Amino acid sequence: MAGQTLYDKIWAMHQVRQDEAGTGLLYIDRHLVHEVTSPQAFEGLEMAGRSLWRKESILAVPDHNVPTIGLENGITDPVAKLQVDTLDDNCDKYRLTEFKMGDVRQGVVHVIGPEQGATLPGMTVVCGDSHTSTHGAFAALAFGIGTSEVEHVMVTQCLIQKKSKNMRVTIDGAVSEGVTAKDIVLRIIGEIGTAGGTGHTIEFAGEGITNLSMEGRMTLCNMTIEGGARAGLVACDQTTTDYVKGRPFAPREDQWEAALACWEDLHSDDDAVFDREIHIDGASIEPQVTWGTSPEMVTAISNAIPDPATVSDAAKASGMQQALEYMGLEANTPFDQVKIDKVFIGSCTNSRIEDLRAAAKVAEGRKVADSVKLAMVVPGSGLVKQQAEAEGLDEIFTAAGFEWREPGCSMCLAMNEDRLEPGERCASTSNRNFEGRQGQGGRTHLVSPAMASAAAVTGHFIDVRKLT
Amino acid sequence: MEKFETFSGIVAAIDRSNIDTDAIIPKQYLKSIKRTGFGVNLFDDWRYLDPGAPGEDNAQRRPSLDFVLNQSPYKHAQVLLARENFACGSSREHAVWALMDFGIKVVIAPSYADIFYNNSFKNGFLPIALSASIVDQLFEEFEQSDDFELDIDLENQCVTNAAGVKMPFEIDEFRKYCLLNGLDDIGLSMQHADQIKNFEQQYYASYPWLGNA
Ligand code: SF4
Repeated sequence: MAGQTLYDKIWAMHQVRQDEAGTGLLYIDRHLVHEVTSPQAFEGLEMAGRSLWRKESILAVPDHNVPTIGLENGITDPVAKLQVDTLDDNCDKYRLTEFKMGDVRQGVVHVIGPEQGATLPGMTVVCGDSHTSTHGAFAALAFGIGTSEVEHVMVTQCLIQKKSKNMRVTIDGAVSEGVTAKDIVLRIIGEIGTAGGTGHTIEFAGEGITNLSMEGRMTLCNMTIEGGARAGLVACDQTTTDYVKGRPFAPREDQWEAALACWEDLHSDDDAVFDREIHIDGASIEPQVTWGTSPEMVTAISNAIPDPATVSDAAKASGMQQALEYMGLEANTPFDQVKIDKVFIGSCTNSRIEDLRAAAKVAEGRKVADSVKLAMVVPGSGLVKQQAEAEGLDEIFTAAGFEWREPGCSMCLAMNEDRLEPGERCASTSNRNFEGRQGQGGRTHLVSPAMASAAAVTGHFIDVRKLT
Repeated sequence: MEKFETFSGIVAAIDRSNIDTDAIIPKQYLKSIKRTGFGVNLFDDWRYLDPGAPGEDNAQRRPSLDFVLNQSPYKHAQVLLARENFACGSSREHAVWALMDFGIKVVIAPSYADIFYNNSFKNGFLPIALSASIVDQLFEEFEQSDDFELDIDLENQCVTNAAGVKMPFEIDEFRKYCLLNGLDDIGLSMQHADQIKNFEQQYYASYPWLGNA
């Protein structure tokens, strides 16, 4: 018998039962909850007179709707306020752990889970949010679910799931200096396409991946969903366990050795067989920029804006043309001629301490270009913010002309006040460049934190490696 | 959940691949704490010329007359035809709720994003996957007709056009059963409560650190 993949192992650990058709009932360890996708679930279980199965599994936080400035005024948008209040009320009523607004531990749900040690190797982690894939960085099987499933997990601690296929993406060899996890994942999506991982769980492997810090691995797994896979995984190693140790929800000291022994097995067996394998040469990866309205519309910064005329597939060419029109771009324009209006450094993809350090390093001693209307930095959590301030990063940013904000999802999806106006172009460290994602008519280019910072100080896209 | 019955409905087509859930229902409407009322804002950015906000009277907004769902008879469409990777992106179940609230019961596309596909069945909504070439043909039939209708028969797993051409589709047995009988997943899973409890006991004995409160 062939060996097991990491995904097979975690699945087997959690399968409560399986029916004749192969559909499994999967036990869920950690349920993360935020204000947008939970109210209808709470309402549903209440209406059916059902109760929560395991309250301790839930960690709740408001993030999508919270303002990033003027917190003393609370939320001014009454509709958004009602949603956050509803989460607070539900958590109070059921006595769930929630980091409310004003709590230093509050932040984007996918930043705070790992930060608190609430995401542990070998766990199953779900949340009513597609970027739950982030937590796969810890060799945890983590994926986004819909609101009906949120209710299902609340009531049964389980999910009805069909096992997905196994796919492995290996980055052979190290990546070069100045190339980040964001560039790696954008390159992968460019290669496999936004539906490339559909029906699969993707394990990331190879030197280019194992060299990454936990922050980098989270960035990578975060965007697995943009490659069509609900879950991404990285095997557990010393980097993982070093990160987890001592965090508030981590195993207690007397449990630590037992946990470590168990986690040692959290990797794919040497003879495991994957349904699909992709290899990318690490050295070939350059800093990336998206140019279109789907994350697969991405290219290396050294290339120009692609030309639909060179593409033979008619449907693809017309999709490219449509995207270029929306983005207000001409084919064959070099990226350093593409001027930007706004810069957003934040989101569950890139708002952790390392991301802020990388952006600050570029901003240090420089000024945001006059042509840039707004450059904002939104830390992923109150604790990230605190840490950054202790390191003086906030001063570097404000001296350069960036705005230093309070934690939340912010302009990643523009549910609060932070957004693009129609036609505005943004260098953004978030994960989706869909039409209108950052505000109706807004134009989003996805980049790494260092690349976003470089765009801020020059006013256009540029290979950050040229700035040193 | 309502039982899924056989019906014949008007088909509206949107000729795009990778239609994302942000496009299906833009984020500002996700602030609602209800499951209903999303239909008027389905495809909001494409449907109206001016930007919209939750709670706004949509009758006062300028509709984009080029957009299919603003045209007669597609205002009453019950079937939506689209291209590959339908409803990718955000996990928002609001996308399904918005389609249903508008009156759409079925999407036909060559492929779907996983989370949306899953969410659909929890709401009695049917995403049908047909091959790219059949979808191509359906787009052509749509173009050539002013009131293109299709017959949707889940029981027999078959889509039929006016000429009587039958297009069979695949669907997971369990999902089909739940849809046809209007069964709620939670109720079904609760039947296994004892098994879940037994599992838990062994599980926390093996992995005690996961049982920390
Ligand atoms: S930061 Fe963006 S992608 Fe992440 S959870 Fe918030 S809205 Fe979703």
